Amino acid sequence: MEQNGQLTPIISMKDVGKIYYSEHNSNEVVKDVSLDVQENEFVVLFGPGQCGKTTLLNLIAGLQLPTSGEVIVDNKKVTAPGPDRGVVYQRTALFPFCTVMGNVEFGPKSQGMDKKSRREKAQYFIDLVGLTGFENQFPNRLSGGMRQRVGIARAYANDPKVMLMDEPFGHLDAQTRYMMEAELEKIWQKEKRTCVFVTNNSEEAVYLADRIIILTNTPTHIREEVEVKLPRPRRYSDPEFLKIRRQIEDICESTL
Amino acid sequence: MSEDVKVKVNHMTKQFGDLLVLNDISFDVKKGEFLCVVGPTGCGKTTFLNCLTKLKAYELTKGEILINGEPVDLQKHNIAYIFQEYSSFPWYTVEENIAYGLKVRKRPAAEIKESVEEMLELVGLKEYRKYYPDELSASMLQRVAIARAFAVKPELLLMDEPYGQLDNELRYKLEDELIKLWQRTGTTVIFITHNIEEAVYLSNKILVLTNKPTTIKKEIENTLPRPRDVTDLDFNKLRDEVTDLIKWW
Repeated sequence: MEQNGQLTPIISMKDVGKIYYSEHNSNEVVKDVSLDVQENEFVVLFGPGQCGKTTLLNLIAGLQLPTSGEVIVDNKKVTAPGPDRGVVYQRTALFPFCTVMGNVEFGPKSQGMDKKSRREKAQYFIDLVGLTGFENQFPNRLSGGMRQRVGIARAYANDPKVMLMDEPFGHLDAQTRYMMEAELEKIWQKEKRTCVFVTNNSEEAVYLADRIIILTNTPTHIREEVEVKLPRPRRYSDPEFLKIRRQIEDICESTL
Repeated sequence: MSEDVKVKVNHMTKQFGDLLVLNDISFDVKKGEFLCVVGPTGCGKTTFLNCLTKLKAYELTKGEILINGEPVDLQKHNIAYIFQEYSSFPWYTVEENIAYGLKVRKRPAAEIKESVEEMLELVGLKEYRKYYPDELSASMLQRVAIARAFAVKPELLLMDEPYGQLDNELRYKLEDELIKLWQRTGTTVIFITHNIEEAVYLSNKILVLTNKPTTIKKEIENTLPRPRDVTDLDFNKLRDEVTDLIKWW
């Protein structure tokens, strides 16, 4: 997006903080996070387990609201979840009572799109994620990798400005994970979107990211940013790849 | 048979009805060796390990498994098993879980107490000794399982993808703990995994399996110095070699 000759970020977090309050105590999870993400950029949030990565993502999604600061997506302040932000969850949150088609067309349907166009649209994204032929299957008949593909297609079907992914491949076995990482990259190259991807897997981070945001332990804030300029598709055993992987692991460890 | 062969598998073949799962597999494991078995997803790795335990449903269709030159006998051979799923007894506390294998083997009370103490210390669960499994995190549960297995001082430890469900950070941590325990006890370990990085990190020897019907594609000696580094170039060269043998994705 260009305004007055200057790039305007599509996501802009300004001094964002999040504190969970309960009856007797409070728990500060996110502290003073300021982050701009440009259009079509692939940003990975990388940090130790339970550091607040998911909370940060939920703040962009509008699933949670910040206790201080503000989150702006596409020039609008985030106050609730919306179709401009597609979310792919850690546990595939598919509707078990809907077929693959039913899951993918859910978004367009609830926005009132007519049957013919929403079917066409859903079919396009089902084809894109490689599930042609599985339209009428229910989620319990699909493998873990296939379910995550449905999750990705469903998020895409809303035409979101921004894709938010919360460790989508964390529960897949290692081999399926490599396959899905390569697939996601292909999909993203074909249907470019701004992506914010959460992971605590350094290899996955370097494989996917244009830019890696390294987070600290709670209360989480940005420790450092690392740009990854390697050509795609990347190779896990490429010496340059390994150098960046080691670099972000070292930074992450030193924050513990 | 040479002195230091701990496990000898001859022509191991397993058929479920018409489905041939394991097809004529032969290999040796030396005493104190850390063998990792990798293969493509769904290739029959778990069946492979279950056959080694001689559980009834896993009687071999053909072939034999020898430990110290004798057919496997669970009464005689001290074998421990760590499963993919967390398998602590939910009605026992951490320390009761760790003591279980020793009690079954009717060890004297003093020895049980001492072993449990040692294990609690080694896996860092001393403060949690009175906790029940549903009060523990996933990595703690797997630590309980590991402590329970090592407590009986097994001559052979079979591990079926014990860290498959943990995130990377915890996996690295538990892998390091496992290596420490293995080095300290000298136990022979057979470790099944689909994670090639994990296999290269842990093993002395890697057995690469094919798709079903499963046979051995290659045996690879892993002489990388320890402690190993997953971002090291030689490490990744070996990892590439194994990946190329398996890759289906």
